[in-house]
Amino acid sequence: MNKNIVLCGVGGQGTVLASKLIAAAAMKKGLGVMSAETIGMAQRGGSVFGNVRIGSDLFSPMIGKGQADIIIGFECGETVRMLPYLKKGGYVVSSVRSIMPTTAALGDTGYSAQPMTEYLKNNVAEGRLSLVDTLEAEKELKSSKVMNLVLLGAAVRTGVTGLSEDDIISALPDAVKPEFIELNTKAFFFTK
Amino acid sequence: MHKEFLMGNAAIAMGAVAAGVDLASGYPGTPSTEVLENTAKLRPEGVYVEWSVNEKAALEVAAGASYAGARCLVTMKQMGLNVASDPLMTLEYIGVKGGVVILVADDPGPISSQTEQDTRRYASFSKLPCFDPSSVKEAYEMAFEAFEFSEKYGTPVILRPTTRICHAYASIDVRDESEYVTHKPEGFIKDSKRFVIFPRLSFKNHGNIVKRNDELSEVFSNDPRNILTPPGKNSKKGIAAGGISYAHLMEALKDIPDDDKPSVLKISTPHPFPYSLSERFMRDRDEVLVLEELEPVIEDELLKTAGKYYLSTKVSGKHTGDVRAAGENSIDDVFSYVSKFIGIKPLEEPSDVLSDAPSLPVRPPVLCAGCPHRASFYAVKRAMKGKKTVFGGDIGCYTLGNAMPLDMVDSCLCMGAGITIPQGIGHIEPDTRCFGFVGDSTFFASGITGIVNAVYNQSEMTVIILDNSTTAMTGHQPHPGTGHTLMGDVVEKVDIEKVLRGVGVTHVETVDPLDLDKAIEAVKRADSKKGVKAIIFRSPCVALIRKGRALKIDENKCIRCKKCIKEIGCPALSVEDGRIVIDGSLCNGCSLCERICPTGAIKKEADHE
Repeated sequence: MNKNIVLCGVGGQGTVLASKLIAAAAMKKGLGVMSAETIGMAQRGGSVFGNVRIGSDLFSPMIGKGQADIIIGFECGETVRMLPYLKKGGYVVSSVRSIMPTTAALGDTGYSAQPMTEYLKNNVAEGRLSLVDTLEAEKELKSSKVMNLVLLGAAVRTGVTGLSEDDIISALPDAVKPEFIELNTKAFFFTK
Repeated sequence: MHKEFLMGNAAIAMGAVAAGVDLASGYPGTPSTEVLENTAKLRPEGVYVEWSVNEKAALEVAAGASYAGARCLVTMKQMGLNVASDPLMTLEYIGVKGGVVILVADDPGPISSQTEQDTRRYASFSKLPCFDPSSVKEAYEMAFEAFEFSEKYGTPVILRPTTRICHAYASIDVRDESEYVTHKPEGFIKDSKRFVIFPRLSFKNHGNIVKRNDELSEVFSNDPRNILTPPGKNSKKGIAAGGISYAHLMEALKDIPDDDKPSVLKISTPHPFPYSLSERFMRDRDEVLVLEELEPVIEDELLKTAGKYYLSTKVSGKHTGDVRAAGENSIDDVFSYVSKFIGIKPLEEPSDVLSDAPSLPVRPPVLCAGCPHRASFYAVKRAMKGKKTVFGGDIGCYTLGNAMPLDMVDSCLCMGAGITIPQGIGHIEPDTRCFGFVGDSTFFASGITGIVNAVYNQSEMTVIILDNSTTAMTGHQPHPGTGHTLMGDVVEKVDIEKVLRGVGVTHVETVDPLDLDKAIEAVKRADSKKGVKAIIFRSPCVALIRKGRALKIDENKCIRCKKCIKEIGCPALSVEDGRIVIDGSLCNGCSLCERICPTGAIKKEADHE
């Protein structure tokens, strides 16, 4: 059975590393992997996504609406934006954090996390939503670059990716410099 | 063979290296950039790579190397081929000796481009064979095969992936190093009858090319990359597809019972078109649908097939309005086109879950926090406040200077036009103060000619060189002003200031844009002089320097006037419950906002009491 994983966030948040880790972990298990991600102008603070597909019967790297087994959201508003891609009964792991774009800061429309997380609570099936306070994780781990591993840990522990904690940890050296492995491992287990 | 998880562009580089490429040249441009970067990373001993100043230079360098028998890879994005079109059109008449593969990445959407032009059209215009991969795996194999093909038929080959191939990743089988082809160039053998273009030679070779392309149409009709799948027993229909649309199509067909499956024609070689194959595909079909992005190339060819072979098959696609005319085909689009065409209900109605969602913010891309371009634009804006001005913009990160609140880009057309468009406006409206903004890499790629034009034709303008000492937008490639090359050599920098003085710009100043007061003074000084003036705003790209200490807001001093946000629109500045806040993870400590704050509320952390 193919697994479809959608990652989303704002350019510069580190969604790319998370998708690379998932792919590396799946490859180590001998599974086929395809992925796609946003590269280019949108990386300068625009909405970005990553699609990772794991399985033996893959043609397209893209995931269609209603096809994602799990959405991993790095910014709560972006998670809401990607909800149409979620399968019925699919899982959502999202940061509770919001990032205000300059356009919203300039106007008086405002933008805050609370209505977004409320919406997620009301629209994701019971027991399928995991909201993570990534800001707290960043403070505790004293690093602004750990969000990807914190969220990935929570996502793997839903069981829906078909990958185990060990699968990801053993793939870490392929994607992360040796000096950052300890920090990233801590981040991976932060929500446990 | 072994398995690797590769980006499409890395796969293409690996295919070229495995085929024994001797020289690779190109100019950065999304979504093509990583091809040359990966070629450089993989570079076996003796292989030469370069970032050329622009695509025209890249193709000409490769043509020369090919005349000497080398296998050459040239890389660019679709608009880069416009720049390289001059050598392209003639090179086909001359032909090649060593294989030449021109990698041109198209960008449906467009996602990071000015146009949705289709390189397959360039292939037929220039009469070049074109390979169009539909997966990362196929991109790898085509890159490998294209060199031998190029040599066999004596023609450059266009390899044309699109963004969703270039930037997709897949785990694919690739050759071990021991399986790589070793290729040794024969060297250049003088032959003016072959390498010097003259009308008589053009006439002779034109005829040969037309004949060869007829032959290639037959060759491609039997090429295993062009796949014709027979229909299920209940189907009288067919679907033709190319590129990523074929991959989406194969996903869509998974859910359709075998007996109802339409015949499928996969076109991997859109030029020369495999007519015998398309005739076999259409012969017994009542109706065929064409799925492709950008131009209706396959669709036009099927219409031509119908005419050529007197077929009554109906052809549906872009011309009939059944498939979107512009933008990329998402997998959802393809699912809905296929289900409508075959006459089955989509598996699930498209979900409408967001209809009751709180309004989501728009997120246009913006200049990074601490980007020196923001300071440069702001300095010019402040200096020229209240005057009649025009600000010519160009291609690069700094196109984002158009966003509110900076609003400092009045035009953007193509590489180099930021300097020449204001000249045209100035000739019609002499009372307008004309400014042309150009980045350092774009200056070398196509800015210099425009500046010479201004000097020669007595324009009144100020050229602003935004020199962050890199090609930032495409991921920080070196260029002639950086002092190092893609081969890793440290070389003499081409000095922008000397170039400007050399072509006759008399007033040239180099200023740090983050020193706001001095920057504003420099702009006013340049504006007061006659003729063509230039300011080089030099400050490194923030993505390449160590992050400075973030600034903080003194709550007691901040009067919440929002001047910092309204003047410069830095993404690190936002409003939280009415308070102005600085996101410490984004702020680079450039201090531009500190210089703007009327109450001195913004300071470096250490400066707060």
